Amino acid sequence: MNMSTSNNIAQARKLVEQLRIEAGFERIKVSKAAADLMSYCEQHARSDPLLVGVPTSENPFKDKKPCIIL
Amino acid sequence: MACQGLQKGETLASLKKESESLKKKLEEERGKLNDEHGVTLPCTWVMACAYAPSGCAVACGGLDNKCSVVPLSLDRNENLAAKKKPVAMHTNYVSGCSFTNSDMQLLTSSGDGTCALWDVESGQLLQSFHGHTADVLSLDLAPSETGNTFVSGGCDMKANVWDMRSGQNIQSFESHESDINCVNCVFYPDPFVGSPQCRFYDLRADREVAVYQKDSIIFGASSVDFSLSGRLLFAGYNDYTINVWDVLKGNRVSILFGHENRISRVRVSPDGTALCSASWDNSLRIWA
Repeated sequence: MNMSTSNNIAQARKLVEQLRIEAGFERIKVSKAAADLMSYCEQHARSDPLLVGVPTSENPFKDKKPCIIL
Repeated sequence: MACQGLQKGETLASLKKESESLKKKLEEERGKLNDEHGVTLPCTWVMACAYAPSGCAVACGGLDNKCSVVPLSLDRNENLAAKKKPVAMHTNYVSGCSFTNSDMQLLTSSGDGTCALWDVESGQLLQSFHGHTADVLSLDLAPSETGNTFVSGGCDMKANVWDMRSGQNIQSFESHESDINCVNCVFYPDPFVGSPQCRFYDLRADREVAVYQKDSIIFGASSVDFSLSGRLLFAGYNDYTINVWDVLKGNRVSILFGHENRISRVRVSPDGTALCSASWDNSLRIWA
C-alpha cells in the first residue's frame, strides 16, 4: 500500500469515528426543546429590562429636565 | 479702550498669570475625566477583544496572529502597552477570544482553522480544537451550568460544539449557505445562532429549530446577541441596520437605524439594559 491510500484510510477512519460520536448523541424531541425554550424565556422575562422596560426614574438615558427655550 | 478697567491691585501681568494657571488647572481636571485607555497593537486590525471575568484585564488580538492580555489600571500615568503579554500564538489571524470562567484561561479562534485554550500565566497551550476545514470566525462559551463546552463557527459553513477538556468535537451543524460569521450561545437548553440568515439551533435536540429572515433583508448579518431573557435577538447587518427578532415567534419586532456603514458587532450589556453596536462608520452607539 502506498502513502496516499494509507493516508486516505486514516482520514476515512477518523471521519467515521467522529460521525459515530455524533450519531451516538442523545437527542431530545423538538417539542420538548421548544417547550423548555419557552418556559426559560417566560421565567426570565421579568428580569429582562429590554422586554419590560425600565422605570423612567431609573433610566440614566432619559432627559431629566424639560427643555428650555432660551 | 475696548476692555473694562482693571480692578484695584490687578495688573495686566497678574491677570495673564492667573489665566495661565487656570488653563492648566482646567486641562488637569479634564484629564482626570478622560477614562479611556488606548493600547496600541503592532498590527492593523484588532479583531477580537474580551474582558476578563474579574474586570481587571482585557484580551485582544487580530492580524498579529496573537492574542495578548493587558492588565487594567486606574492609574492614568501607567503605560498599559508595556504590560501587554502575548498569550495565544496562532499561525493566522485571531478572529475571536473569550476568557473561560476565570482570568486564568483564554479561548481563541483563528483563521488558521483551529480554536485553542491557553493558560494566561504561562502562555502554554492547554488544548487545541481541530475539525474546521477553513477559517474559524467566531466562538462563544456555553453558560457554566451546562458544562465545559463552547461553540465555534467558520468559513467551512459549519458550527461545531466542543468539549473544552478533551478537545473533542461533540456536535456539528451544517445547514448554512455561506460562512458562519457569529455564533452565540445564550442559555440552557443552549440554542445558538449562525448568520447571514440567522439560524437558531437547539443543542439538545441537535437540530435547527428556527430561521430569522425576511425577503426584504438581502444583506448578511455580521453579529448577533441575545437579550437577557433570550427572548429578543439583536442582529447587526451589512445594510447598516440592526434587526430585532422575537426568538420564540420568529417575527421581526423592530429595526434600529442610525449607523452610516455596516455593523461589525452588537452586544447587549451585562445588566441587559442596553445594546451597543459597533460599525465601520467609526462609531459605537448605545441603544437603550
